[in-house]
Amino acid sequence: MVVKKPEGLVLITPEGLRHDGRRPDELRPIKMEVGIFKNADGSAMVEYGKTRVIAAVYGPREPIQKFPLLPDKATLRVRYHMAPFSTEERKNPAPSRREIELSKVIREALEPIVLTEEYPRTVIDIFLEVIQADGGTRTAAVTAASLALADAGVPMRALVGGVAVGKVDGVLVVDIDETEDMYGEADLPVAAAPDIGLVTLLQLNGVMTREEFSRALDMALTAISKIVEMEKRTLRSGYVEAGGSEL
Amino acid sequence: MSISPFRPPITPLIVKENYLAMLGKGVRPDNRDLKTPRLIEIKTGVVEKAEGSALVKLGDTQVMAGVKIDVGAPFKDTPDQGVLMVHAEFVPLASPLFEPGPPDENAIELARIVDRSLREVNAVDLGSLVIRKGEKVWTLWVDIYVLDHNGNLYDASMLASMAALLDARLPDFEELETGEIVVKRGVRGEPLKITTKVVTVTIAKIGRYLIVDPNLEEESIADVKLVVAVDEKGRIVGMQKSGAGGLTHAEIEAALDLAREASTVYFKALEEAIAGRRG
Repeated sequence: MVVKKPEGLVLITPEGLRHDGRRPDELRPIKMEVGIFKNADGSAMVEYGKTRVIAAVYGPREPIQKFPLLPDKATLRVRYHMAPFSTEERKNPAPSRREIELSKVIREALEPIVLTEEYPRTVIDIFLEVIQADGGTRTAAVTAASLALADAGVPMRALVGGVAVGKVDGVLVVDIDETEDMYGEADLPVAAAPDIGLVTLLQLNGVMTREEFSRALDMALTAISKIVEMEKRTLRSGYVEAGGSEL
Repeated sequence: MSISPFRPPITPLIVKENYLAMLGKGVRPDNRDLKTPRLIEIKTGVVEKAEGSALVKLGDTQVMAGVKIDVGAPFKDTPDQGVLMVHAEFVPLASPLFEPGPPDENAIELARIVDRSLREVNAVDLGSLVIRKGEKVWTLWVDIYVLDHNGNLYDASMLASMAALLDARLPDFEELETGEIVVKRGVRGEPLKITTKVVTVTIAKIGRYLIVDPNLEEESIADVKLVVAVDEKGRIVGMQKSGAGGLTHAEIEAALDLAREASTVYFKALEEAIAGRRG
């Protein structure tokens, strides 16, 4: 899509830096926290720069409203939702077509990770709320979901993390923010579980050559490895704070 | 809220095992090799009252697409562009698994994949759809109608949408002194300005095998699918992993090669369908 860039906005400086001063392969400052809510079985907050997503996991449990459950595994229910105040202009709280699609894409990013076969005839609810949106909300949401599932003690094959790589003024850059997403040429959100070598979310909006795509996917996977290491540290320190012994 | 499908088609394990054995030998039960799409039949101009239309058969899958064109207002942030809207209906007559009701997440995902594939390369030149800048533009409604679901609705829907857009002509119109635009339905004007054709190629992963254009049975045993949008230059213009599984980096790379190769088959089918129809 062609959206005109505002006058004076430089996406890539002559020195090769981005509009916020980052190098192409540099992530935004990332913050992670687990166990932020009392009610939920597991919860987490993830920040990628100004993007902030919170996650809560309930279950495995019996659903409050009865619906057909699976005889051989747990049912995952995922809701990705943006708070009305999370965007520049107020977002209508009713689920948009975008949110419906992203809920599906995120659920399908988690299905291969959660050991659902351990809990037949139950439901695992994963609620994701975007508190502030500044690009990369779906990938931050996957990271938050991974942390909240682990915090809830739901068995998983591996931790999963997400990041979006963009093409901005012809340069591949990692962890794009809203400005880079809006005026860039391509956006490649990726989620993966590096410990088992599996890509579980992959979308491309925009145009890339074959060679660019391979490089972009490499950049994403490198960044995701860092993010998943951060998840592990966050979970470990949360465990120690709660009185567990140092691992 | 997205819920794990609770009524997935159940396929006996023996079918999957049979598939795996055959795929290892490079063939499929319907006699295709792993990288060849099913037979494609495209008919355009199938609905006279639509500004553009097409019926696509991809094997036993049938999808119709209609383009309706109206005068509307542009979006505020793009005053110099027309409007493109893509919607998909999984009509209940098309499958025992479809039920009446508003589009579910699968229909929404499908429509958004087709929409993005067209939009990201400006396949329909939206800049050519301005009647009066900032005030009046043409709005194109692409409506995808799934008629018979026998697998790979993505590629069939993308082909139908593309063929319907290639078939479409702007209606004639008259500008009144009040500035109002009166559309003269039935008087076919100029064809749409198409900058490039786009197709999607869907690759399914069954075990460690990648296959092009899965039929319904193949979809029911597939671990995951990757939909790849390709333009006429062979560029990747969109992608979506769909389904509750994952892919390795190497599998993704291999899928892209398969997609680019198979895209030529789809482009050829589109070429043949519209030959002579656009002046």
